[in-house]
Amino acid sequence: MLTRLVPHPLLTLLIAVVWVLLNNDVSIAQAVIGLVLGLLIPKATSAYWPGRPRMRAPLVVIEYLLIVLWDIVVSNVQVAYLILFRRGDRLRTRYISVPLVLTTPEAITVLAGTITMTPGTVTADVSADGCALLVHCLETDDPEATIARIKTRYEQRLKRIFE
Amino acid sequence: MPFLSEVLIASLILIGAFFLFVGSLGLAKLPDLMRRLHGPTKATTLGIGSMLVASMLYFLLVGGHFSVHELLITIFLFLTAPVSAHMIAKAHILRSRRERSALPVTGGKVGWATLDENGS
Repeated sequence: MLTRLVPHPLLTLLIAVVWVLLNNDVSIAQAVIGLVLGLLIPKATSAYWPGRPRMRAPLVVIEYLLIVLWDIVVSNVQVAYLILFRRGDRLRTRYISVPLVLTTPEAITVLAGTITMTPGTVTADVSADGCALLVHCLETDDPEATIARIKTRYEQRLKRIFE
Repeated sequence: MPFLSEVLIASLILIGAFFLFVGSLGLAKLPDLMRRLHGPTKATTLGIGSMLVASMLYFLLVGGHFSVHELLITIFLFLTAPVSAHMIAKAHILRSRRERSALPVTGGKVGWATLDENGS
């Protein structure tokens, strides 16, 4: 009953929050309109959204967001330093292949996005069976340490959140 | 406007401008496409973020009301920057033979999704 009324609880919440933010007006009236939209839109489009990603540990999400925000600031300073004070052709850039233990598409997508936003790495591709990510490093001496960092810092938390 | 908030907002805008400049400089200066991608995906994120925080503070301290549009801009920016970088990298791998020969192996049975003909 509840799942038929609210097929995507997270999507409902997201639409309501985005509606309030779009109106730039945090008030009860806007929140009610947002909630009504959040109930109607997922119901009308639920046929196109067969998958239902589940969040298992909401508190870990907050921890994860804080860590990623902090890493974005650190990575910006690092990349700015590399751009300003190093010659581009002397940077030790290379591709690395990061094996994945995550299996759900949502978790892999979030991990790929996180890798792009954080220190010196850009996600370039995923393997055809979804078992590894191709990551480009701007400057690395130790690819193993970079892989280990990605796995312990981001992947383990995402595993707790999504799987 | 009180002096302190003026200093705070001005310095945030300057930090933002600095990082936006460095990001664009990286785009122009670095030698190849994959290295160039690092500039706009990272340095500009903090640049824009800093400007947006400055904008929120300005409306809060000077306008006297809370502006939340900036949060939405941040969310959309964080969603779109990795996706566009990812698409540019994929197109580059597909086009450049030299880039393809430099790729590491996946470690699994199949190749990278861009190049694997049987892949999903």
